[in-house]
Order: sequence, then structure tokens, then C-alpha cells
Amino acid sequence: MIALFLRDLKLSVRAGGGALIGVLFFMTVVAVIPFGVGPDLNLLSRIGPAILWIGALLACLLGLDRLFQAEREDGSLDVMLMQETPLVLTVLVKCLAHWTASGLPLVIASPLLGLFMNMNEVAIGATMLTLLVGTPAITFIGAVGAAVAVALPRGGLLVSILVLPLAIPVLIFGVSAAYAAVEDPAPFLPPFLILIAITLFFAVIGPLAAAAALRSSSD
Amino acid sequence: MPVKLHVEDLAARRGEDLIFHDISFVLRAGEALVVTGANGSGKSTLLRALSGLLPPETGRVRIEGAGSPNLAESSHYLGHRNAMKRELTVGENLVFWQDFMGDSPDGNGLPVDVAIEALGLSGIGHLPFGYLSAGQQRRMAMARLLVAYRPVWLLDEPTAALDASADRMFAGLVRIHLEKGGIVVAATHQPLGIDGVRELRMTGFAGVGDVI
Repeated sequence: MIALFLRDLKLSVRAGGGALIGVLFFMTVVAVIPFGVGPDLNLLSRIGPAILWIGALLACLLGLDRLFQAEREDGSLDVMLMQETPLVLTVLVKCLAHWTASGLPLVIASPLLGLFMNMNEVAIGATMLTLLVGTPAITFIGAVGAAVAVALPRGGLLVSILVLPLAIPVLIFGVSAAYAAVEDPAPFLPPFLILIAITLFFAVIGPLAAAAALRSSSD
Repeated sequence: MPVKLHVEDLAARRGEDLIFHDISFVLRAGEALVVTGANGSGKSTLLRALSGLLPPETGRVRIEGAGSPNLAESSHYLGHRNAMKRELTVGENLVFWQDFMGDSPDGNGLPVDVAIEALGLSGIGHLPFGYLSAGQQRRMAMARLLVAYRPVWLLDEPTAALDASADRMFAGLVRIHLEKGGIVVAATHQPLGIDGVRELRMTGFAGVGDVI
């Protein structure tokens, strides 16, 4: 299993892997917002956490469709399906590797982009923390979409459309926890704990559903 | 305990069409079955049904004497696609499959460098897989059969894209596998170059396969 994790990490940083595409997309989205919104610093710092979260959500969705499709195209998926190792575990490890390669860089880049949005230290810290906890959920949800669309050519758009409604709760609780950290009356902990619960919930449901979809799509 | 492969009344469907039905055979340790037939006669479908990748319509496949009664877990499947990543080097690909697949309880795979040597490709293990020619890629895909031990090999057109000498070398590998008590089921147009193999001729589209 560690072999699979390391292999997927290696693949994502080599040519055509696309680990950096997500970060670049994230940076592009957030960097153009101040130009579009204008130099109103108060407004920027108010919408900052939401913009960072939306950017991170879209960037997470960007590379998800290749999660299983690349394996299917070169025949590796057939071999993985035949192993004694439970497919659920294989999917889980692939998700973790995918998150480490494309989700974690978003979390690491978010403080820099928070400066673009004139956010204060507390807001930046809270956004980074919620992204760290919330983005794995997007990967797990996305794995289900990627598994359903594995046999479809150009399934990328379909994956995004399938996944987006399910990812909305992650966005809602992520953003509300980030806001709660800076706006006084709202408590930080309840939305943050719900965010953790969502991630843990999809860490179980996502690989199970994805494995079932992969089994039924193989022919 | 020697392995024994039982296939009973196997039938498989692709979409609406029943591709074949009533395929039954028994293979004992050291036996090979060559599946022949025209294009589209169901050779690949038979192999995918055996490997469990395509749920069979009726019938069952089981194996005795291997670690698990499930044939998928006791077999290698070499399909049309090589199951290798173009971005990784040949060595990295093989090390990954060796770690990921592990060995069946009743045998041991070869070390990666020995397997590469056995395929006659020593010296290019450090190259990315995508740099190799089609024939070299196919040979490297065969090296996967050697690095992790499985008693049954399911081979779909194994020698397509291979030159005559690679053909002979592959026949040698199959012979060694059979001598060790393995089983080989191969779909092929060219003769495998091994004596004493049984032949299953697929006639396609619900025609009956004859074991000769």
C-alpha cells in the first residue's frame, strides 16, 4: 500500500502529473479577484475566506477526473481489481496520495494568497486550518464521481457536475468556521467540528462507493 | 498441493450478445491451453471472464490448491494494455507491481533485475517506460509475470508486437512456468512454440467452443 502511495506521488510530480496545475489555478483565481473587485481593502478582507475556499474547491476538482481514468487507460486498473487487497483500501490510498499531491499544496499556498486578500493573521490561520481539514472531503467525494465516470471519454466536466452538489456542505461549513474565527459572536468550534465530521464521513463512504462503481464499470 | 483449474459451463455476454456458452475444461498443474479463433470470436472475453473482470453470465471458475479459491487472486492477467506507467522508469514500474501484488503463498517471484535480465532487456531498466519501443514495452509487461508469483497466467495476445527471437524467449518463460507446476491460458494467433498444449477453438457469437 505504501508502494501505491509513493508511486502515485511520483506520478503526480513527473511530467504530465498535474500536481502543480491545481495550485497554479488556485493562485490565478485568487490573484485576479482584487483586480476585479477593486482596491477596497475592507471588502477584500471580508470576502477573503470565501474566495480562498471557492478557489480551493474548484482547484481540487480540476485534476480529479484522471484519478482512475489514467489507471484504466494503461490497464493498471484491471490488475488492481484482481488483487487480494480490498479495492476499498486501494481507492483510499489513491485518494490520500491524490490529496497529498494536489490538496496539501493548496493548503500551503493559502496563507500567501490570504495576504493578497488583505486578511489578518487570525483569518489566514483559520482559513488554512479549515482548508486542511476540509479539502480531503472534496477528494473523497470526487473519487466517487471519478469512479462513476471512469469509462467515459471527456468525463472531467461530468465529474465536476456530479461532485459539486455533494461538496457544497464542505464549502458552507468551511467558510462559516473561517468567518466564525474573526467575527465575534459566532462560535468557531461547532462548524469546525461538523467539517471534521463531514471529512470522516466521506473518508468511509467515498472509497466504498468508488470501489463499487469501479467494480461495476469494468468490462 | 498441485493447482487445478476448473471451468464449468462458462457463458459470457457483451451488451446484448451472448459471446459464448457452455465452455468447460479442466487444467492441471503444468498444462497449457491455447485459445484460438477469428477476430471477435470471444477470446479476450473468455480471458476477462476467467480473470473475474467480466462477470460471467452462467457457469463458474474455481481453482484448487492455490492460496485462494478465487482465480482472480491466483492469476496474472496480461491484457492488450501493458499496465505500466509511461512516466516511471521500467525498474520503478516493476518494483511497484512487485510490492503491490506480493507473491501467492505457493511460490516466489524473481527479483526485479533478474526478471529484466530474463526478458533480455538488461541495461534499460533506468529508462522511462514511455521511451521504449512497442516490442520492448510488451517484454517489460511480461516481466510483471515474473516479479510476483501467480500459479495461473492468463495471457491475451502475449506475443503481438514481438520479434521472432522474443517469441522464442517468451515460449521459454512459459515452459519454465509450466515446469514449475503453473497453468497458462493464452489467446493467440501465433503458435506458442510449446509442445503438448491443448487448444480451444472459439467460433464466436454463441458458437460452441471445442476443446481439441
